[in-house]
Amino acid sequence: MADRQTLTEPDSGGELPGAGAETAPDLPFGAPLGAEAARESARAATATAAVAAASAAAVRRGGRFRGLLPRRSGKLVTGIVIVAAITLFGLLGPLVAQPPRDSNNPALLPPGPEHWLGTTKLGYDVFSQLAYGTQGSLFIGLVAGLVALVLGVLFGVFAGYFGGIADEVLTLITNIVLVIPGLPVVMVIAAYVQNADGLGPLARSSLLVALVLGITSWAGSAVVLRAQARSLRTREYVAAARVAGERPARIIFVEILPNLVPLLAAQFIFGVILAVLGEAGLSYLGLGPTGSITLGTMLNDAQTGQAVGTGAWWWFVPPGAIIAALGAGLSLINFAIDEVVNPKLRLAPENAKRQRKATKAGKGVADSGAFA
Amino acid sequence: MSFYLRRVAFYLVTFWAAISLNFLLPRLLPGDPAAIMLGKLRRANAGRPLSEETVQAITAILGAERGTSLWDQYLAYWGRLLQGDLGVSSTRYPAPVADLISAALPWTIILVGTATVISFVLGIVVGAWVGWRRGTWLDHLVPVTTVFQSIPYFWLALVLVAVFSVQLGIFPIVGGYDVFEFPGGPEWSWAFVGSAIWHAILPATTIVLSSIGGWLLGMRNMMVSTMSEDFIVTAEAKGLTPRRIRTKYASRNASIPSLAGFGIALGFVVAGSIVMEQVFSYPGIGKLMIQAVQGLDYALMQGVFLVITLTVLAANFIMDLIYGFIDPRVRHNG
Repeated sequence: MADRQTLTEPDSGGELPGAGAETAPDLPFGAPLGAEAARESARAATATAAVAAASAAAVRRGGRFRGLLPRRSGKLVTGIVIVAAITLFGLLGPLVAQPPRDSNNPALLPPGPEHWLGTTKLGYDVFSQLAYGTQGSLFIGLVAGLVALVLGVLFGVFAGYFGGIADEVLTLITNIVLVIPGLPVVMVIAAYVQNADGLGPLARSSLLVALVLGITSWAGSAVVLRAQARSLRTREYVAAARVAGERPARIIFVEILPNLVPLLAAQFIFGVILAVLGEAGLSYLGLGPTGSITLGTMLNDAQTGQAVGTGAWWWFVPPGAIIAALGAGLSLINFAIDEVVNPKLRLAPENAKRQRKATKAGKGVADSGAFA
Repeated sequence: MSFYLRRVAFYLVTFWAAISLNFLLPRLLPGDPAAIMLGKLRRANAGRPLSEETVQAITAILGAERGTSLWDQYLAYWGRLLQGDLGVSSTRYPAPVADLISAALPWTIILVGTATVISFVLGIVVGAWVGWRRGTWLDHLVPVTTVFQSIPYFWLALVLVAVFSVQLGIFPIVGGYDVFEFPGGPEWSWAFVGSAIWHAILPATTIVLSSIGGWLLGMRNMMVSTMSEDFIVTAEAKGLTPRRIRTKYASRNASIPSLAGFGIALGFVVAGSIVMEQVFSYPGIGKLMIQAVQGLDYALMQGVFLVITLTVLAANFIMDLIYGFIDPRVRHNG
């Protein structure tokens, strides 16, 4: 997926100022930095071209387009393999496993040939629960990630493009949402909505959980997208489109958004991670969807079933491990995207490595210091 | 000066927005929380009718007084808040919400605060070092940290409890202090502080392990970017020692975005800690929140939510002031 999207980014090997280190999940909990940080890294990125030129020789050696692709390095391949494996498990697992709420099994059985991951206190097969739970969590993650992305574009790109009073208002809203801690809001909304009479079965469905998670988690993407949109709107081709009489909506969707694709992909992936983690926390507290099984509701069952106290590790370790693996896999894909958006992250370590090798071979000028 | 004025204005607006959100949520979302809450309180009061004062407090906080406009409700709500009246809890009837919160808040602030500072400092120092040694085997640390970042706090806590408390029996399983040794509750003595610290080790370890990856990675990436700046080349050409370049030139500049992001990241730490407190039955604000949500104790839930939000806002505000002091550019560029 990342391959295709980054291919559409023609000048990504050289420069894409404004998109800095803050775009990736490489921040505290993937938290986007404040607006100041975005400005900071925009400043930092102006030196990118010099670095890119310095290693142009290396790129040429490997073929003209090598620098444009996310390198098929360990990170990208590992990330895609992990995410694909978990997705396949979530899609195909439920087809082969026994029904997840079939209690015709011995209770609290440790992993064995009959039940690969053992059984729960109620005799549910953990493997089957895990397969259905993965599916449920992925669904929530995708829906919430999509909702957050749409809202992030609405608040970020529109604010960055239009500027002026619209920017002031949208940015103020974004910053307020950004500093109000998300999970407590989600908990409060969930507690009200889930006990309302009017909603019927929707009140405790995974769709509603996903919507609540999406609505509360878009602010980070909006900050990042706004910084980039602001830098794009001053480009000549955008000015040309405006002079040619294009409508603002068309400029945003045809001229600006395609250039934001790597960033949008990164923000979407980050949104999915955040939603899967958020769902796990929410469900663990008993505020998750009741109709469907997710990784979070599994952990909630394990908590109420005293899994930790009785040493039934096979009950609570696998769901958390899947969440951690999924998050790690998605983050690795994000790294590959980030190294395209911000080439410095990729080129600088390579240059340092080459320099160090040269020094070792006796060809270098320095034998110590910052660059050796 | 206008920088500080702008920040103060922003936080005042955010403060107002948070309180208004707190006011609007129970009124605009479907359902009638005030009726549910009054029903709970009546049951907690063993069926006897509630005092007029309690009923008024609950309707002012949770809404749905028939015949009054939203604006009048809003004014009544503010009036209650300014008196410090957050209503009465139904799960811990008849304790006032404000008392419950003030008993729980220090536990969370000390635990989360200490753990966050440890994690932040460690992450910055190690991240600076890994960024400095870019292009070596240390780069492989980068993917590893993603795993730590993606682990849910509470799950890591479960695993730590299973290993260190249940299997090895080194650390206590639940609580913030030894309730059998100190049946009278918290007291100021060395023995109590020791017990509290002993109980805080696993929760703090959870926070540090789950949050350090983010700091480390952010710092490492900024360090790599900073190291390819011209002023670093100049410093190297001037013949400054690598140590001086690393500490005074590169690290200082690279840590600025981490400082800027500190306040926002704090929101995530608080969120993770709320869920984590459930695992350890830690007597903090998160446990209170969970108790309130599970028992549909809406008054307590509203109060805790408000206090969490205001605490995070205050921490953000302090961080902004420090940030403006550290990086004069934000003061001048607004």
